[in-house]
Amino acid sequence: MRVSGSGVPLLAVLALAAAPSAAQDSQFAKYQKMTAEGSPVELFELAGEDLWKKKQGPKKASLEKCDLGKGPGVLKGAYAALPRYFKDVDRVMDAETRMLHCMMTLQGRDRKEALKRPFGNADKPSEMEYLSAYVAGQSRGHKLNPGTSHAKEKESYALGKKLFYVRTGLWDFSCTSCHGVEGKRIRMSELPVLSNPKAARPLMATWPAYRVSNSTFKTMQWRINNCYRQMRTPEPNFGSEVVNAVNMFLTVTAKGETYRGPGTKR
Amino acid sequence: MAGPMKMRATLGSGFTDVRVLMTHPMATEQQTKGKPHFIQSITVKVNGKTAVESQTSQAVSRNPVFSFRLKGGAKGDKIEVSWLDNKGETNNTETAVA
Repeated sequence: MRVSGSGVPLLAVLALAAAPSAAQDSQFAKYQKMTAEGSPVELFELAGEDLWKKKQGPKKASLEKCDLGKGPGVLKGAYAALPRYFKDVDRVMDAETRMLHCMMTLQGRDRKEALKRPFGNADKPSEMEYLSAYVAGQSRGHKLNPGTSHAKEKESYALGKKLFYVRTGLWDFSCTSCHGVEGKRIRMSELPVLSNPKAARPLMATWPAYRVSNSTFKTMQWRINNCYRQMRTPEPNFGSEVVNAVNMFLTVTAKGETYRGPGTKR
Repeated sequence: MAGPMKMRATLGSGFTDVRVLMTHPMATEQQTKGKPHFIQSITVKVNGKTAVESQTSQAVSRNPVFSFRLKGGAKGDKIEVSWLDNKGETNNTETAVA
């Protein structure tokens, strides 16, 4: 077996080869295709799997018995079926909130300790980011199917919907200030109208995601928190009802889309 | 300890496509104020025989992905990829052509 070509045997794939069909796509779609080709998302999934199986906390336990809604330890398709109502805690939880719950119950960790660093940076990604990558990756190919039947699930959806439209904070922004009008963008990111299933579907099917512009893996809670930060409202608490409700509203709007994340974003 | 690597090698007609992901900060001179940390060389072996020896610079992004095509190949061929950075750290991974 010989190496083909003579000049450049190894080529860093910074996605130089655009697919022929890209010519018809918008610049945004082209850019997204290019970044996704070189995405290191799988590395985060691998590191997340190790963390999932690592014995931690006062109880020296792993998260392998964590019940994400499909039964203890069942990960296949679990992420795609969240957020949903959990009877044991009598509330709606999304993936990250549930993982935090598992850290506190299974591993016996203190909430403060487990949340010391929910969002990491490029040099040191957080535990939650690695775990989200792994857990979400186990739902690839499953249809988004959040809970919609229980009264608390309906309540969460209604709250999320309300929060999406309500104006708040120093600048009197609502989610719709940015995500309410077709065709808006910030630099190379389109701002989808997230109350429209057509826009919510591809988005919710690709979060959590790796962001190429700052080489970090970002979770859905981070996305929502950061939107609130940009709106100049106080950041919601991790795993709070507000974050879960917004997540619920968006996921229900995107219901039925095949999950294909963790994705790659600008 | 170096972070994980992941590799995929798939057989086409008369060639093998290899895609390998590496976890590495790939920090440049400028970012670190004179203490760069980057992968310097990458070696690809096919069935134990060196097929590619390459040198890489600081210009490559964090957590890089490399993909390349090798001529020929057969199902089950063992592909090994290893890297060495400027601090002497190293990591490697191997996979069979599928």
